[in-house]
Amino acid sequence: MSDLQEKYVLELLESGKRIDGRKFDEYREIKIERGLVQKAEGSAVVSLGKTKVAAGVKLEIGEPFPDTPNEGILIVNAEFSPIASPEFEAGPPGEDAIELARIVDRVIRESKCLQLEKLVISQQNVFIVFVDLHIINDHGNLIDASALAAIAALKNARIPKVENGKIVREEFTGNLPVIFTPVVVSVCKVGNNFLIDPDLLEENVLDSRLVVGVRDDDKICAIQKQGSKPLKFSDVEKMLDIAIAKSKELRRLVG
Amino acid sequence: MIVLPGEFLDERKGRKLGKGVYEENGKVFAKVLGLSKITDTEVSVIPLSGTYLPSAGDRVIGVISTVEIAGWFVDINSPYLAFLPLGEAVEEFVDTSRVDLSKYFDTGDVIFCRIVKVTKSKNVVVSMRDMASRKLYGGVLVKVTPHKVPRIIGKGGSMIQLIKQKTKCEIYVGQNGVIWVKGENKGKAIEAILMVERESHIPGLTERVDRMLSS
Amino acid sequence: MKKDIKLLVEGKRLDGRLPDQLRPISMKVDVISRADGSAEVRLGNTIALASVYGPRALYPKFLQEEESGIVRVRYNMVPFSVDERKSPGPDRRSIELSKVMRLALEPAIFLEDFPKAAVDVFVDILQADGSTRVAGINAASLALACAGVPMRDLVSACSVGKIEGTLIVDLNGIEDNNSESDMAVAMMPGRDEITLLQMDGELNKDEVLRLLSLARENCKKIYELQKQAIREKYKSGE
Repeated sequence: MSDLQEKYVLELLESGKRIDGRKFDEYREIKIERGLVQKAEGSAVVSLGKTKVAAGVKLEIGEPFPDTPNEGILIVNAEFSPIASPEFEAGPPGEDAIELARIVDRVIRESKCLQLEKLVISQQNVFIVFVDLHIINDHGNLIDASALAAIAALKNARIPKVENGKIVREEFTGNLPVIFTPVVVSVCKVGNNFLIDPDLLEENVLDSRLVVGVRDDDKICAIQKQGSKPLKFSDVEKMLDIAIAKSKELRRLVG
Repeated sequence: MIVLPGEFLDERKGRKLGKGVYEENGKVFAKVLGLSKITDTEVSVIPLSGTYLPSAGDRVIGVISTVEIAGWFVDINSPYLAFLPLGEAVEEFVDTSRVDLSKYFDTGDVIFCRIVKVTKSKNVVVSMRDMASRKLYGGVLVKVTPHKVPRIIGKGGSMIQLIKQKTKCEIYVGQNGVIWVKGENKGKAIEAILMVERESHIPGLTERVDRMLSS
Repeated sequence: MKKDIKLLVEGKRLDGRLPDQLRPISMKVDVISRADGSAEVRLGNTIALASVYGPRALYPKFLQEEESGIVRVRYNMVPFSVDERKSPGPDRRSIELSKVMRLALEPAIFLEDFPKAAVDVFVDILQADGSTRVAGINAASLALACAGVPMRDLVSACSVGKIEGTLIVDLNGIEDNNSESDMAVAMMPGRDEITLLQMDGELNKDEVLRLLSLARENCKKIYELQKQAIREKYKSGE
């Protein structure tokens, strides 16, 4: 059954149309709900069309890594919860969840948007910033939605008060030091067309995909090619241009 | 000459495409590591290595794997099981509601048969109808790299004839790399076969095999 | 994380190389007799071993695809391959790299030639000194060819990056850990097509394109070395 639908989506794309009528460079409707989860130090729920991802930021105290004694720690994890799709199974993260978490981690880390050096408490104690991504509904383009949720959550996260080496929840000393707003734009290639924000069915028919992390100054902080078909060198240049252009639109939504 | 995957062989020029090659925009490229064979009528590459992938027309040695209602599944030393339908194996009429097919071929039986059909999703059908096909009783099986089979058979069958003559063994060679040997001197015969497999590229092989078998 | 190490001294890298120089490379095929195809690739001190088994029957049946074979790749680092012993077994990085490497090799393989069957590729890193995934891909590609797996082309890979403002080729361990940016590229050189592209760091678009160009050049050099390694082994074959 799904194969026939996919064939239809492909035919439409080849004739320049998308199944929901969008233009090739158009995002689905994006909603960002900030601070929903009060138990988290920061949170955001992003809806990208029907795709829904929640990101929560939790701070803990721990020892710094031996090779970076003057920095806090960032850990990003993603759960492809079985509630989100008939294809997700309960259990430890599979390769797709791991890859997604690691890409989001790289985007945050390499863009230096989170000032880890400002998260030192004492000589043996630093803040560990956990960013947990929880997929609530998979309707395509989990990575762009997850990265958006992660950065929105980080931007509304607050640093809890620390007393006698312990965190006092619900009392805060300030905002998490986030100085940039990197975003992720996935650019997909289908036949000779490039499109952004693939819907669920479109994701299954695309040839290849370039996930691009872009910072406010248009610097590229991460690239990951996905998909089972190869790319030409000229494709990469075009896809980078599209990613940089679209990143501004996404960033405006984060605020 | 030896070619690598992706290597350009020739323009197609209307010729037949044999094994081991692929075409793009009228140009033919090698698909596997092997020996290129370019003639006036065909472009192909004989693989130097690889698992046996069944091809219609091949004569193979198989082992009955399961007995079904209207035929048998046969292990042909490939990722794909072959099917021997009742009609391709037994001439007389068989009432399948009464007869258990293991009466004709049972699990573990060895057969020399011919591949008659290979579908796109690699469903393989074999047949015992032709004169050369038969059940093989007793004997032992030896596995070799499928691509070495032509060398083991030799030009016009010369190598395998030499081995059969000198060892007085019965030998059947399957294109799937499975060889059946029976006879008192089967040890020597097997040694000779493995020697050919190992040293096929070193000149003077026939003399060496002859010498070894005579000693 | 990034320390204060000078990676470039008077235009030369810590190991004496020029920015656009590859490390000494050695490639050998048929190094593991039990495998259908195998290879060892060394990029400087990085040692990658690859074994290919298949096409072989695929179980359980639900994994089988009616019209197409599958490729499975496992990238693994041996516990003593790194400075601080790495606990055996897959970690998150290995899992991501396994996926990425599979996608780097798949486009080159004619999956439709072995429907319902599987080709298994195992890559073990014996010693890690930077650029392990590209060494692994180069070895896997050789192993696939030697196993007789039908392919469109070989896959060649290399790493490029930026240290102290300079673009470099083939990052070793210390450069990998301290670079301003690093990029891994794999391609089918005969077809000029990219099958793997990963990058992290802070680069503007032009720098990304320049690095890509550098990678393209060097992947072609690796391609020649791979072809040579196979021919060396099989030149005495009939």
